[in-house]
Amino acid sequence: MSKLFSILLLSIVLMPGLVFVPTPSFAVPYETFKFDSPETEKTFHKLSEELRCVVCQNQSIAESNAALAQDLRHKIYAMLSEGKSEKEITDFMVARYGDFVLYRPPFEAKTWLLWFGPAIAFVLLLVFAVRFMKSQSEKAPVDSLSDKDIERIKKLHEQDGEQK
Amino acid sequence: MENEQPSLIKRFLPLIIFAALASLLAIGLTLNPREVPSPLIGKPAPEFELPLLLQQGSFSNKDLIGQVTLVNVWASWCISCRQEHDTLKYLARNGARVIGLNYKDEPDDAKKWLARLGNPYQVVAADYNGSVGIDWGVYATPETFLIDKDGIIRHKVIGPLTDREKLDGLMAAMASLNN
Repeated sequence: MSKLFSILLLSIVLMPGLVFVPTPSFAVPYETFKFDSPETEKTFHKLSEELRCVVCQNQSIAESNAALAQDLRHKIYAMLSEGKSEKEITDFMVARYGDFVLYRPPFEAKTWLLWFGPAIAFVLLLVFAVRFMKSQSEKAPVDSLSDKDIERIKKLHEQDGEQK
Repeated sequence: MENEQPSLIKRFLPLIIFAALASLLAIGLTLNPREVPSPLIGKPAPEFELPLLLQQGSFSNKDLIGQVTLVNVWASWCISCRQEHDTLKYLARNGARVIGLNYKDEPDDAKKWLARLGNPYQVVAADYNGSVGIDWGVYATPETFLIDKDGIIRHKVIGPLTDREKLDGLMAAMASLNN
């Protein structure tokens, strides 16, 4: 039973990684920007929510009021006004601050475990759990008792009867 | 009976998995998430041209070529910059070429700061709006970049140089360039 328990415990521990929990983002308009089109505005908000503020780390550029985040919001705005694409802007940020600025890390050789790790762990656990349960049901308890065991059980029953 | 005793490996498997996971997480705990590795290492210093703080004239990335240089990003409002100031003076006294990048500072405050604490910098370039800082991937002052003779960034220290390990790392990198 302890084995099943440890499997369960492990799956509980690893489970949160599998479930995508959308976190609400509270964009705080520390400054107001004027946009030519609603699309540009949408791209601006999308970018500033997907880029990490390197100073404050657990906040996006949109959420943080750190001076650098403010500068980077202005930079994004300026680049959008110049007609730069979303990819050009994220490339600009990655060239300076590394992949760490991206809340959605790129899919590449060194990050495949990050992307697939939880799914792999889940599949492995499933396989283990199924194999474990199968092995449990395959143990036919009555048939596998030896003659000696049956003799012992009989004796115990007799003792039990005598006591009553 | 044959099935009753699971093999040794099977019995210890949970312990092995636990030990592997625990050591992985333990390594993770020793890393400092505040120190983001710079993608600029091994690349030429970003192009820039800035006015000098103390004299007329300007300083550009081309002025970095020719000799090994330390570019120190600092500001008078930055407390850890003050902490490492003596270390910078020590490096400058011992022959290091130190260039200051005064980041998002008031020129008067910066000048007063240098007058009071001493000036380890060969020249100080003033990045008033922080745009050069963005190009260099600066996110936490002080930051110190080691640039080789060809103008390639070789090493970066984030945070004050008073940290023994960081200073040793920087000195070792400098020594390897000077040989």
